Amino acid sequence: MTDNPTGARDAGYDDFLDAVETGEPYYLACPEGHGWLPPRTVCPDCGSADLSEESLPGAGEVETYTVAHVAAPSFADDAPYVTAITRFGPVRVTGLLRGVAPDDVERGLAVELAVGASETTGRRLLALDPR
Amino acid sequence: MTGVRVAGVGLTEFGESPERTGRELFGTAADRAFGDAGVPRDDVESLRYGNFMGELSERQGHQGPLMAETAGVRAPATRYESACASSAAALRSAVRDVRHGEEDVVLVGGAERMTNLGTAGATEALAIAADELWEVRAGMTFPGAYALMAQAYFAAYGGDREDLAAIAVKNHEHALDNELAQYQRSITVDDVLDAPPVAEPLGLYDSCPISDGASALVLVSEEYAAEHGVDAPVAVTGSGQGGDGMALQDREHLARTPAADEAAAAAYDDAGVGPDDVDFAEVHDCFTIAEALALESLDLYEVGEAIGAARRGETTRDGDLPVNLSGGLKAKGHPVGATGVSQVAEATQLLRGDHVNSDAVADAEVGVAHNAGGTVASCIVHILEVAA
Ligand SMILES: [Zn+2]
Repeated sequence: MTDNPTGARDAGYDDFLDAVETGEPYYLACPEGHGWLPPRTVCPDCGSADLSEESLPGAGEVETYTVAHVAAPSFADDAPYVTAITRFGPVRVTGLLRGVAPDDVERGLAVELAVGASETTGRRLLALDPR
Repeated sequence: MTGVRVAGVGLTEFGESPERTGRELFGTAADRAFGDAGVPRDDVESLRYGNFMGELSERQGHQGPLMAETAGVRAPATRYESACASSAAALRSAVRDVRHGEEDVVLVGGAERMTNLGTAGATEALAIAADELWEVRAGMTFPGAYALMAQAYFAAYGGDREDLAAIAVKNHEHALDNELAQYQRSITVDDVLDAPPVAEPLGLYDSCPISDGASALVLVSEEYAAEHGVDAPVAVTGSGQGGDGMALQDREHLARTPAADEAAAAAYDDAGVGPDDVDFAEVHDCFTIAEALALESLDLYEVGEAIGAARRGETTRDGDLPVNLSGGLKAKGHPVGATGVSQVAEATQLLRGDHVNSDAVADAEVGVAHNAGGTVASCIVHILEVAA
């Protein structure tokens, strides 16, 4: 299964979506406590290659969001839609926020990760659902 | 180390000219720069050229040698790509090499052809300046990214859509007499507030247009200028670059631009000037919020204060610190690969006194140019001064 037009599987990203689907999403932590989404071979902050997989908290919250009205062609049928940057413990996650009217989104909204699809292309993507 | 002088500047009109190829646009800009400089093409030792989306818009990579040919320059030529900061990256490399005596005459510039892609195609092309996996696949567009920063800014420091609108109104006013600007018409705050939303809180008039255009500079060493009697009163005295995480989600700040902080601090230090010395600024206002972020990173305003600067009249042509007297990306236009060098060209003209808005900064001695790539994962700042 690949969603990448180059034919390659996107290591880290596709694995992460699979992990979200099975309910076991994770992040990569360095000994200094910096957290990142995959794929990473080193911590961008401290350069440590000693990264461990840790369970991502199940609940996150919206830090900032926008209602996109003008979409890229691969999201033409999705517009208007909400893009949000959310915080899940030590990491932030950008996703397509579903299941809430654009006018009702606010900072601090509690969300959980899900795997969705673009209505336009059917391609898998990282989604966020109200919790 | 030797000083670096701007001997000549050349710009094409920015706007919609889908029938004109990148090579035609850059050839025109280069020709104008050579005409302005009075420096023979034969003396050019390299071309440093910025371009972002040539593979997508013109199916053309390896544009360096192509653009050297179109400019009539037989010299090594390299393309620089750093998203919307591509030509500032080209300029920075040239400044450093001229300073160190590697070369005496360099042609620097950039071009971008965008309108032939249409709005949807250009939106898609610009999005590749963001993180493909973690941002673009989730539906984030380029305006969307700046909208996320604008919302974060409002939440952290205050400010509202009317503050942003004042920035757009100001930059349109500044472009009224700039014959090369894409828009030469006034807009009102209500026009901005009533425009169709693009990515809330940003609307159509908070966004720079999709543009075609090119820019060029002829840079020379101080020695070359003296030896050949080249009239080049403006010097590039400071250059700085900063970097940050590619994706917004990986940044320390969502409402600040640390890469620009870093670039500005390095450029000031390099030039031996400070923010208090700055007489005017050309900053990267691809979206209205970007101008506020830029002014704070340039230390021209405290964090959280720049959002209201245009509304208070401080950054207008009659204010204490005129910003984007060219019209900015908002009204002048934003052919991305051409933008960084175009800012320096405008700043040079403002300092020389031959810009249409020079009267707004009649005694100016120091100008700063701020060019950002992507959502400011890259930033390059240059300081320009009237040479003593
Ligand atoms: Zn670390």
